[in-house]
Order: sequence, then structure tokens, then C-alpha cells
Amino acid sequence: MASWGEPRESSLIGKRIPRLSGGDKVTGKAKYTFDISRPGMLHGRILRAEVAHAVMGEINLSEAEALPGVKAVMTLIDPGKHIRYQGQEIAAVAAETDDIAKDAIRLIRYDYEELPFVVDVEEAMQEDAPQIHEDRPGNKSEPQIREEGNIEEGFAEAAVEVQATYHASVQTHVCLETHGNVAEWEGDNLTVWASTQAVFGTRRDFARHFNMPEDKVRVITEHMGGGFGSKFGPGVEGHAAAELAKKAGRPVKLMLTRKDEHLVAGNRPSMTQHVRAGATKDGRLIAYDLRGYGTGGITGGAGFAAPYVYNVPNFRTEKFAVSINAGNARAMRAPGHPQGAFAMDSLMDELAEKLGMDALEFRRMNSDSNARRNEIRQAEYTLGAQEIGWHRRSRIPGSGKGVKKRGIGVGCGLWGGGGGGGTQVRVTIHADGTVEAVTGTQDLGTGIRTVIAIIVAEEFGLQPVDITVKIGDTDPGLSSRGSGGSQTIGSVAPVMKTAAMAAKKKLFEHVAPLLEANPEELHVGDGKVYVGSDRTKSITWKQATGQLAMETISEGGEWDEELRVGDVAGVQFAEVEVDTETGIVKVVKIVAVQDCGMVVNRLTTESQINGAVIMGLGYALLEERIMDPETGRQINANLEDYKVPGTMEIPEIKAIAYDTDRKVTGIGEPPKIPTAGAIANAVYNAIGVRIRELPITPDKVLRVLAEKGEA
Amino acid sequence: MPEEKEKERQKGTGISRRNFLKGMGTGAVAATVAPTVLVGAPKSAEAQTSEEISRAKIKLDINNKMYEVEVEPRTTLLSVLRDGFDTSGNRVDLTGSKLICDRGECGGCTILIDGKSVYSCMTLAIDAQETKITTVEGIADGDQLHPVQEAFVQHDALMCGFCTPGFIVSAKSLLDENSSPSLEEIKEGLSGNICRCGTYPFIFEAVKTASIKMGG
Repeated sequence: MASWGEPRESSLIGKRIPRLSGGDKVTGKAKYTFDISRPGMLHGRILRAEVAHAVMGEINLSEAEALPGVKAVMTLIDPGKHIRYQGQEIAAVAAETDDIAKDAIRLIRYDYEELPFVVDVEEAMQEDAPQIHEDRPGNKSEPQIREEGNIEEGFAEAAVEVQATYHASVQTHVCLETHGNVAEWEGDNLTVWASTQAVFGTRRDFARHFNMPEDKVRVITEHMGGGFGSKFGPGVEGHAAAELAKKAGRPVKLMLTRKDEHLVAGNRPSMTQHVRAGATKDGRLIAYDLRGYGTGGITGGAGFAAPYVYNVPNFRTEKFAVSINAGNARAMRAPGHPQGAFAMDSLMDELAEKLGMDALEFRRMNSDSNARRNEIRQAEYTLGAQEIGWHRRSRIPGSGKGVKKRGIGVGCGLWGGGGGGGTQVRVTIHADGTVEAVTGTQDLGTGIRTVIAIIVAEEFGLQPVDITVKIGDTDPGLSSRGSGGSQTIGSVAPVMKTAAMAAKKKLFEHVAPLLEANPEELHVGDGKVYVGSDRTKSITWKQATGQLAMETISEGGEWDEELRVGDVAGVQFAEVEVDTETGIVKVVKIVAVQDCGMVVNRLTTESQINGAVIMGLGYALLEERIMDPETGRQINANLEDYKVPGTMEIPEIKAIAYDTDRKVTGIGEPPKIPTAGAIANAVYNAIGVRIRELPITPDKVLRVLAEKGEA
Repeated sequence: MPEEKEKERQKGTGISRRNFLKGMGTGAVAATVAPTVLVGAPKSAEAQTSEEISRAKIKLDINNKMYEVEVEPRTTLLSVLRDGFDTSGNRVDLTGSKLICDRGECGGCTILIDGKSVYSCMTLAIDAQETKITTVEGIADGDQLHPVQEAFVQHDALMCGFCTPGFIVSAKSLLDENSSPSLEEIKEGLSGNICRCGTYPFIFEAVKTASIKMGG
């Protein structure tokens, strides 16, 4: 059975290895979909609705079509159909230049009949609210109800109770490379350069859209500029690019604008939780009753995890999604978890305070029902508390002296990330010593390309730069899953490992006679193949592969679930400084302790933890889709008014990639989860008034301080 | 072509401020009023189209190479770098600089003009004549990476890499002005750039390493 072996046996795995694409990315050579240019390529643009709710009338394309330089125009909605949110697609054009495409968009005439709209989640639930979908009365989905134990009995046992409402706003993905594609037809064959998290899923979607065989569609994603869960298919814009390319008989590039990206490319839905919870005198979480909802836009789920992580024997939850006239939710970095964690960790702090218990001690007592996770989480609490200096925490929240008050808080997370079977790979050893590792996954910036090289190089005793990794292309016909749910490494690494093992075995069979040994006696290391019992009997890697002469060794692999792990625990501690005069919250330090299973590349793992924490910081303090109730439009659909963290907001981050089992696990999402809860609790510890609403902006801080009589 | 425009062409750049404002102004107005004009009635064709806008040939010195390109008054320098063709029909194809926010907020398009960092999405191509333009593609010395670039790779100061070219140019510019910046000065110097993957901590480390290597 395959195993990753002990740490001392690894010369590469677990070390800090710069990513292979680094050189291309720092010199501007790396070509993203946005950078692709093809001979004769046209530029596409989409005309979008600026109203939130309307019935579409006639669309007149003639003036746009007549504009010199315009090569194809098409409608994307039929008269009589509903526009249900700002940004919905009306028509698309392809022209010689992007400027001409912009001009052409302005020349498209259309009529519509405006309808009443609603963009606020509470208003959408009112009886007289405009109805967004005929089949969704009251703009609400059927509630999902879950019950365990008996909450009445639970509350009867409770010594303290907290009743509170927690709210988190809509966060948008803000991929720096917007969604988009370059589509090119050659006869019946379609090639698409796509900014996607799933080259094979995108190929299937295009094939279905055009009712053509999948093998006539090729999707390429060499580099891509961020997805965070929002880029799993071509979308309307991808279909439009390919349709326009077909019409014009020329390649078409169509990328969303920054504004489009906020309006239509997905978001993390809002969350509102009305919770009542109780704990026993000795500190056991005993009862939990929730009514919760959220909205991401017109349809779809707004699910969140509740109750979260901590063990509660008696609970009842009722959750539903609310539709409003705004662009739809999509999966976003740990869907449902950061919002659930923020509410639950706030609640835990409030209960602990009522009990007169230390917030960390209360968490330890109710840690986790899963034995493996509980053990890891307890160790993580110890490590994190030490690193942040938990003992420095104000015993009496808000008791710090001065205008700027400091506080410390803690939060938790849990994520799947174990991957699954189905990935096909090919590891090829050529006679000249070169090695190729090929599969149909894609690198979103996670570093999977380098991870693959590390795994294969480790197996062959080579260096990562010696391995040519070919990913992000459907053409080799080796499919892999879309990169979502932090599943990529768990799905790809085990197959790469077993393929490399199989290829090495074949190579040993070829070279054993030359070394006068049995294949089983051979080993690799430092670029050599040698006999285990006598290291002086060795040949270089190139001498070894030279034995292949005209042959190559080319092997696939099997997914082995023993090589990966999921359901990982993480905890984070935050220290903040709140300026009680300006209301500005400055995060001073974050300690993130994350179960990483077996770290393959410590450098890129730490990068991912840093990045997730920073996105969590944005969620906690800055980011919010703001809808205008008067116009139904998003007020801040740009990077000026929608604030993502910049250099000035970055605290000291201590990323602790906590090594547990010798099994790989995905780490893109888990460290995003605990941050907002830890920061919210730290803010409370600093000022002694709780803010139950994200983002914690200065106006909210000043408001609660004024209510307390301190500002 | 109207005589007036022809005269302007003969004068040199062929670009007048008046024409430039005309081009930009009508575009902006059309975009602003579009939604209200549209209700129930077809919009009239007010937008000035590219056909009516004068074009001119200008010369740009990019990464020590002269390019002759034809531009409109509204053409940004970023658009020339990314999508432009020279007058022989060859793509300029310097796609390292990225268009991300399109309004001077994110720094993805940062380049150097006469050694100073500027946003190329906010710079008109005509205003970059007779300057020395350096893009991310011109930072390395042939195959030899600049110390800033080396340090970014070494510290993994990049993930998806889309913002990286802008950060590289900003970081170089920062170190050219301040060879030994403190952490606070690094943060301030790079505050015009945004990274969504959250690589900042390692960017700060990389800039520090580069500054040491450059003798700061």
C-alpha cells in the first residue's frame, strides 16, 4: 500500500519550495485568459440592465450592427422575459477593438416596462413585497428544519441563556482577473481559453450548449487570476463569446468588467440568525434554537452552518433563503462556514461571559464531538493561546485605559477538503531523463502545479524544476475534478504519487541488470539510481533513463484514500486595537493554527493561510455589497467603494501549518473560516460592547459606544 | 475628413485637447443618462463613435524600444501596451500590466514613466510621448531577474499572480526612492496596489529581502 513515508524520508515534501510559475509571474510572461490574443481576434462586450426588475420589450440592434468595426451582435434575452436584477444580460457585441465594442453597446436600443423591486432582505419578507418569482411566494424558500435531542429539556437544564441576532453582509469574490473567455472555432472544433476553476466541467458545459461532442471542445487555463468558488463554468458570458465567435467567424475575447464582476459573478450570501442558546452551570452548551435566513440574490441557497463545531446535544434549527432583486450567490471560499463561525463564536463568548467562565475554557469544554478533531483542536488552542498571549486579555471587557483599547478574541473552523477519486494522470519518463506529469486539474494560484512537481520529484529523487507539469488543458484527455471545496490536492496528489511509483518500478526493471541487482533493491536520491545495500553501485538518473533507448515509460495511477485526509480543524486568535474616537478597528495580530494534515509545500501552504486570514479580515471589517433601496442598484460595484484589504490593513500574521497525519489535505478554504469570529470577539474584549453585525465598520463601533455612553 | 482635423494631424500628434474632451465627454454623458433615457422610448444616437474620432500616429519608447502606434485621444497607455498594434501591424503584446479596476484603485497596471510609478489605465497614450516607459517586462536584465523579482519568487510573494506585475513595478519604484524602507514605509509605498489572494505578508518580506540585497 502506498504511503508518504516518514518526514525524515522526505527530501522535498514539507520543505519551503518556491512555486514553479514564479519566474513567469514576476516578469509578466505568464499568460492569463485576459492576456490571450489570437490572430484576427475580436473584443466582446455585454449590454446589461441598469434596472432591478422589469419586463423586456423590443431590442433594436441595427445601429450597433451598422457601426464600422462591429462584426457580430446578438441578444441575450427575449422580449417579454423578466429582468430580475441590475446587471442581467441584454445583448452582446463583438468588434475590432474594445473601444468600438463599448461604442456599439451604447447604440443598442431597447424598451422595457419597469416593475417594483426589492433589494433588502427584511423588506422582501414583508407581505406586500414585490414578488420576484411566481413559484416562490413571499420570496422565501421552504424552510429546512433540523432537530436533535429535545430543546425544551435542554433549556430546562440551562443555568444561563443568551438570546441574540447576528448578521453578516453579502461579500463578493472580487477575482482580480474577471470572469471571461477567448473562444475560437476551427470548423466544428471549439477552443476556449477560460478563466475557470474547472477545465473539464467547462468543456462539458460548452459541448452541451452547442449540442456537440465533448471531444470537439478544448478548454485551456494555463494561469488564472483568482476564482474563490465563482468560476466553475462558462456562464452567459462564455456562451456569448463562443456564439459571437461563430457568428463573426473570428476568435472573440469577452471578459467581464469590474462592475459586472460585482453585479453578476457571485457572492457569499448574507446571514441573519435569531438564536437562543443555553448552557449549564458547569459550562456545558446544552440547548440551541435558531431561526435563520440569508440572501445572495434572486435564487439559490443562502445556507450556513449552524450550530457550528461545538458540541450541543439539544438543538432545533430552521433555515431558509430569501430572494431579492440582485445578482446571485455562488460558492465562495468555504461556503456557509465563515458566517456560521462568526455567529457561533460570538454566541459562545456571550454564554461564557454569563457563566463567568473564560471564553477559551468554555470552548475547550464543548470542543468537538469528533475524537480526532477534538484532540487536534485542543492542541491548537494551547498553541494559539500561547502565541497570542491569551493571559494578556482584559478580564473585564472594555476596561483598558486610553482612547485606543486593545482586545483579544478566538474563533474556530472546520472543513472537509479530503478530495475524491476520478482524477486521471500520466507520469512519463523519457529516455533523455526528462519527466512529464500531466493531468486535467488547474492552478488557481493555490500552487498545485508545484505540489505535483514536488511529489513526482520526491519519488524520483529529482528536483521540482526537473519535472514538466502539464495541467490546465483538456486536450490530453486526462480529466480531473473542478477545483472547489479545497478538494484539489486530495484528489490529485494520491494519483500522482501512485503513478510515479508505478513509473519508478518500471524504470527499476529496466536498469536492474546494469546495476547487477534486483529491481526491489534499487533506490533513488540526489539524481541517482543506486543499490540499497551498496550506495557506491549507482548510476545517474540520465544514465538510468538512457537504458530506455527508443521507449518511454508512461504510467497512470490510482486514487488511494489512505493518502489524504479531510474534516480538518482550525482555530484563530486575534488581537485588535479599537480607536474609540474614530471607531476604526485595527487588527494587530492574527495567530492561525490550522490542521494541514501532511504539508507538501510549507511555503505555499503558509501563503494560503495568510491569504485566507486576510480575506476573513476583509469580511470582518470592510467588505459589504451595498444595495440602494431607491434604485435597486449596487452602490459600490467598484474597487474604490467596495473595500478589500490593502497593505495598510495587514496585521502581523502568524500562520502555523499544524502537521498532523501523514496525509494531504486542501488548505485554501479552512483558514478563511475562524477569522471574523476571532476579530469580532476581540473587538468586544477591547470595548466591552458587542457588535453582532459584519462588517464591523467605524459607524457601528461609534454607535454602540454612544449607546454605552462612551463616545 | 474635415479640414480642421486634417490640420491638426499635420501639426504633429494630431491630437487636440478639445477633441479629447469632446470624445471623453460625450461618452461619459451617454453612460450616465442611459438608464433614464431608455425607459419606454428608444435612445437617440448621441454617443460619439470611434469613426468620428480623429486618430494619430505617435511614437512611444517602451522598455528601450521605439514603437509607432496609431491612437485615439481616448486611448490609454495600458490599452496600447496590452491590445495595441504598431503601424506595421505587429502586436505590442506587453500584457504583463493588467487592467483590473479600470479607475486607478488597484495598481495592477502600474508602470514607470521616467522612473516614476504611474497607473497606465489613467494615463493617456498621447501624454506618454517623449518619455521613457518601463513595464514589468522591462524590469529584468535579459534573463537575469531584478532583485525584487528574485525576492518575490523566493518568498512566494504571489499566488494567482495577477496583481504581481503591478506590485513588482511599485516595489522597484519604492526601493529606487528609499533603499532601506521600514515595514511601515513598505506598506505605505505599496498602498496603491491590491492583491485579492492576500499575499501581502510575503510581499513585505520580499521587499525587505530585495532592499538588503540591493545594499539598502
